[in-house]
Amino acid sequence: MKRTVISLWALCFLFLFSCSNEKKLPIFGERSVKIVKGTDGIDRIDTVYKTVPDFKFLNQDSVYITQDDFKGKIYVTDFFFTSCSTICPVMHRNLKEVYEKFKSNPEVMFLSHTIDFKYDKPSVLKKYAQKLGVDTKKWEFVYGDKESVYTLAEKDYLVAVKEDSSATDGYIHQGWLVLVDKHRRLRGAYDGTKSEEVAKLEKDIAILLAEKE
Amino acid sequence: MRKYILAIVFSLLIGSIILSCQDEGQIEQAKYLTGGKDLYKLHCQNCHGENGEGLGELAPPLTDSVFLAEHKQKLACYIKNGLSDTITVNDVKYDGKMPGFKQLNDIDIAKLIVYITNSFGHKQGMYKYEQVAADLQNCK
Repeated sequence: MKRTVISLWALCFLFLFSCSNEKKLPIFGERSVKIVKGTDGIDRIDTVYKTVPDFKFLNQDSVYITQDDFKGKIYVTDFFFTSCSTICPVMHRNLKEVYEKFKSNPEVMFLSHTIDFKYDKPSVLKKYAQKLGVDTKKWEFVYGDKESVYTLAEKDYLVAVKEDSSATDGYIHQGWLVLVDKHRRLRGAYDGTKSEEVAKLEKDIAILLAEKE
Repeated sequence: MRKYILAIVFSLLIGSIILSCQDEGQIEQAKYLTGGKDLYKLHCQNCHGENGEGLGELAPPLTDSVFLAEHKQKLACYIKNGLSDTITVNDVKYDGKMPGFKQLNDIDIAKLIVYITNSFGHKQGMYKYEQVAADLQNCK
């Protein structure tokens, strides 16, 4: 009898511990190692994760924004263009729902890059943001030259974008919503056209917000 | 006993014959509706939404029965040639640009119109493909 009670207790503790294990999101991108000297003078190996490099783009108010505007925030980023009639409306319909959920949280931001460097000047982006109903400081719509936006998409956020005159609206691109943490590391990518993936994004934002530094 | 069974079988037979005699118009409209639903998903849903709710002020909702009824003769033009005029739907102004769908033929446009004007709370009945050709003649 006593033994059963003890093993029951043990089981309870096990459950307790397994629950307190907090869930962590993976860290994406290539990583490298560097040797750092500890305070005790011994060399140690440290992992260096891939981070999003510095950037500078004009936003919908024709104001330059940089990585500093996202300091201490986690953000969701994507690539789109205003005249896109294929996947972009679906992506932004879904992302707007996420935006509404985290609207009052100052630690969450949104960043949409246009890939239509010919037409989507800041004034066009402004109109788009207003019409989508999200023209606030929380959701930045940015314009940059082709080289810098396309490089950032493919090399750093790992989203394929391309100018293609044979495509429906002149460009092809992937509909990923990329989740970036406070240390500029990629923590998730979700297909913005699928509502179940967007629901996962919402959950993962909450997990990332709860993560300790 | 046997009489009863016969009577039941007989009345079931008559009943099913009557039920299967849906009028031809209804059957045709049902065909247009199912075809229209697929076409809607393919060409319209991205912007106008699964339930015709639209997207902010970028794409108008398709839920305004009065607008649809008043512009029924123009719907074919809107779909085929696109639309860049400012329109007012549910008391909200929309001045964005809708692309045209030149590749759609008359029967597809008719199916779309039947689907749109008989979904999202509307019940505006049949719209035959012959009507599309006539309406397209009068596009601006």
